Amino acid sequence: MQWETVIGLEVHTQLTTKSKIFSGASTAFGAEPNSQACQVDIALPGVLPVLNKGAVERAIKFGLAVGAKLNRVNVFARKNYFYPDLPKGYQISQFELPIVEGGSLTIQVGDQEKVVRLTRAHLEEDAGKSLHEDFHGMTGIDLNRAGTPLLEIVSEPDMCSAAEAVAYAKALHSLVTWIGTCDGNMQEGSFRCDANVSVRRPGEPLGTRREIKNLNSFRFLEQAINYEVRWQIEQIEDGHKIQQATVLFDPDSGETRMMRTKEDAHDYRYFPDPDLLPVKLDEDWIEAIRAGLPELPQARQLRYQAEFGLSAYDAAALTGTRALSDYFEAVAAALAKADPKLAANWVMGELSAALNKAELDIAGSPIPAAKLATLLGRIQDGTLSGKLARQVFEVMWTEGGEVDAIIEARGLKQMSDSGEVERIIDEVLAANPKSVEEFRSGKDKAFNALVGQVMKATRGKANPAQVNDLLKAKLAG
Amino acid sequence: MITYKPLSYKVYIPMSLTLADVQRIAHLARIRVSEGEAEQTRNQLNGIFDLIAEMQAVDTAGIAPMAHARDVFQRLRADEVTETDRRAAYQAVAPQTEAGLYLVPQVIE
Amino acid sequence: MSQQTIKQLADLLVGGKTSSVELCQDYLARIATHNPNLNAFISVDAERTLAEARAADAARAAGQAGPLTGVPIAHKDIFCAEGWLTTCGSKMLYNFVSPYDAHVISRFKAAGMPTLGKTNMDEFAMGSSNETSYYGPVKNPWDSARVPGGSSGGSAACVAAGLAPAATGTDTGGSIRQPAALCGITGLKPTYGVVSRYGMIAFASSLDQAGPMAQSAEDCALLLNVMAGFDGRDSTSLEREKEDYGRDLAKPLNGLRIGLPKEFFGAGLSGDTAQAVQAAIDEFRKLGATTVEVSLPNSGLSVAAYYVIAPAEASSNLSRFDGVRYGYRTPDYADLTDLYEKSRAEGFGAEVKRRIMIGTYVLSHGYYDAYYIQAQKLRRLIANDFAEAYKACDVILGPTAPTTAFKLGEKADDPVQMYLSDIYTIAVNLAGLPGMSLPCGFDGQGLPIGLQLIGDYFSEARMLNVAHQYQLATDWHQRTPGGF
Repeated sequence: MQWETVIGLEVHTQLTTKSKIFSGASTAFGAEPNSQACQVDIALPGVLPVLNKGAVERAIKFGLAVGAKLNRVNVFARKNYFYPDLPKGYQISQFELPIVEGGSLTIQVGDQEKVVRLTRAHLEEDAGKSLHEDFHGMTGIDLNRAGTPLLEIVSEPDMCSAAEAVAYAKALHSLVTWIGTCDGNMQEGSFRCDANVSVRRPGEPLGTRREIKNLNSFRFLEQAINYEVRWQIEQIEDGHKIQQATVLFDPDSGETRMMRTKEDAHDYRYFPDPDLLPVKLDEDWIEAIRAGLPELPQARQLRYQAEFGLSAYDAAALTGTRALSDYFEAVAAALAKADPKLAANWVMGELSAALNKAELDIAGSPIPAAKLATLLGRIQDGTLSGKLARQVFEVMWTEGGEVDAIIEARGLKQMSDSGEVERIIDEVLAANPKSVEEFRSGKDKAFNALVGQVMKATRGKANPAQVNDLLKAKLAG
Repeated sequence: MITYKPLSYKVYIPMSLTLADVQRIAHLARIRVSEGEAEQTRNQLNGIFDLIAEMQAVDTAGIAPMAHARDVFQRLRADEVTETDRRAAYQAVAPQTEAGLYLVPQVIE
Repeated sequence: MSQQTIKQLADLLVGGKTSSVELCQDYLARIATHNPNLNAFISVDAERTLAEARAADAARAAGQAGPLTGVPIAHKDIFCAEGWLTTCGSKMLYNFVSPYDAHVISRFKAAGMPTLGKTNMDEFAMGSSNETSYYGPVKNPWDSARVPGGSSGGSAACVAAGLAPAATGTDTGGSIRQPAALCGITGLKPTYGVVSRYGMIAFASSLDQAGPMAQSAEDCALLLNVMAGFDGRDSTSLEREKEDYGRDLAKPLNGLRIGLPKEFFGAGLSGDTAQAVQAAIDEFRKLGATTVEVSLPNSGLSVAAYYVIAPAEASSNLSRFDGVRYGYRTPDYADLTDLYEKSRAEGFGAEVKRRIMIGTYVLSHGYYDAYYIQAQKLRRLIANDFAEAYKACDVILGPTAPTTAFKLGEKADDPVQMYLSDIYTIAVNLAGLPGMSLPCGFDGQGLPIGLQLIGDYFSEARMLNVAHQYQLATDWHQRTPGGF
């Protein structure tokens, strides 16, 4: 029996404001518990919220980046429920009139492009944290995070596999960090995914969905969805019905389980927050934000293909993050002789491999773009072979230093004196009469062995093309 | 002025609350109501709902709901950190704290 | 000296005839004598008051006095005041010493006005008789068997009895005006947004507004000058130019057009009150005003709309009282839900719980449109009525309350009857308009009767002018209860 999977994602992105959405407390991560929870955040009697302009600005920026409709008048509502990490007994969120509606995101799944539609994105405040370490059988509440601005981005149920969901989440992560609305730090909870998952047989109406809460890595997102899909199919095939539910993913067991604290019927009693007035977005403000938007990843990908002749795959890889993309452009721009492909190969090859191995992102690269460009310039001017360049790269990565100084100090310069190379070839031919014999009797392999001997004798510093030419001439002669 | 989605369905208004209604509301509001209190609460709430019921008869088609006393828009605050750490003062009035945390009975998610 | 107005006390201080410390000592002594019977104050802290008085005297000596520096004032216990127990009339906050000042409190501090104490009130401002206070009912100074009105009953009673020269109040459905009427003083609820709500414990956010309660319109103007003004911490605070609310006090009333809403003079209004209000109308005509009948056809629906909107907002506003971060926590609980449900059941009184439950119900799934949205639509109809009426008049006049002070316990078990005592005041809050009450006579039992003025938005100065001219021509506001 065939099954279709239907997935929609709700992603909570913490916005990069300095202060909270409704108070002047700091949003910095990692402070002493409750030291960044001011009187508004802990909901002392009598306190009131005032909306942070920076949060609204970031929401507008996101809306523009995904081509969404911006509601020129949008409204904050109260979502009422009791929980110890929710000091007011309600969360200030947007319900009937969110700031952003619609829009879409193009994702790359294998070789396929797919457009995922967005339902909406709305501003809201984050809750505090419950610390379940044992305090004499009690739970500790830290409200530092309470009031941190969130933009909750809700997709349509347009994804049909865990891989698509992950591709969407990655594309969204890339976009929000690209435009700077979110720092994307998943360990710190800056980017958290909830996945709505259901299954159905082809042609049938949507199945009942279960919501997997708080997935804070792409790997968990994938594992959780795959588990959930298998579980739902098994349930139905065993004759059970799926009940709408909120579940948590346990990374240790790899399974999802029902949340105990959500047993209440969801009667959130939303109503417009009387402490906050409707928010009006001025056209001038929107246009100023639009003008300040950076070139977006998709536009860059198209440009890389058109201007640089890169493949769609390479263009997508190079625009994985804005920092990587900017790095690549800096390298390409600094090359004396334009060769974006050379720059692309090195950024995606040697550099990315080294970064991965060291678990660094591009911002942490010990080799700045200008240095890499200098190194590539030495390939272009014939000073270094690719192999020698990789050796120089290795030294720069581990020990630092300037390109030319390393070449000089380690004698890594490619031999350009043909007389010297000829002398070495003569010695190699004299020392390997058997190989010469074999070549002359038609064994091409023997030629490669001779080239290898010459390269070995020059300790890799000879130009391989030059060795080829000279060797061919000698053997023919 | 905010416009809301129009009513798309007829709402059934009960003539009076049942004891189960009272308990459901009380639980939503996190207020313990004993069985003895529930009956009295129900009678009082029904009296109040009778008072409120007169407004149901009014034709308000086309009238925009008024959520605020004045039709003005939200003022926006500059994104600046203006608050300092006052945890000690705030927790001086808290029922139970430890290591800077507010303590509550164990929460199992 | 104790029955002197703010204006007179300020003059004495300016003339060096008394000091703030002397004034405060005198009022504190009167509080010590009379409060055990009246129960108008929840908290008195003589040391703190006298320290503020000494600071005020020092400021005056240093030539840094403002117009009211040194004049003491009492504050409704709904205002958070740093270092003061701030209970809001509830067991829920029986131990809450506020770590911060409400905007209103900081304005009075900046004006150099010492705090005489925190006044009793209906619990979370929910009530019209002061009987819902956890700290016991306040007695009406005119008859201690009667209520002072509510919810600002302690503020009204302490001013009427001369335990404070003035007090702050808050008004969500009549909570300044109705007790002012029942205690024979002058009280003003400004236009919504004129006084910051920051630090004023919320009842119904879209209706709550703080204002002065004093012995005269002139005093109210002086106090409003201190209280009013933009506050960036309250999103609903209006950015307007600073104004002097006393600027028009002396203007004659020639040409004033007074609107008389026919709905305010129908059934339910007591005969004595109707007569006193009629006499006031005659007085205004003598002062040069003309009257015109106006209609507020939807005002009859205001009680119904109010008892949906106010409880809805309150049910949410009061969710923060959960026994976790401050206030009352039940001593015995099995788990988190138990802690919530017991703390709230034990910490809140019956009326507060009733309103939380009404509000929870009208916002709950399936009833929201029928109750909450319908009430908000009626709210607009009610506001539109006023806008229409102001085309024909400058100020609306009528009774403040349908009857004079009723007996303690008389309506305590009948919430609906209690709610109807605010029938003339509630519409003003729904519309967000300014309203005031001033004394205009006495009933057959010697109980004061209140006259209500309702102005258009931001017309406080004009209303105070109208009231002041009336008070120049009459002496109802100068009558004081015996025994104080």
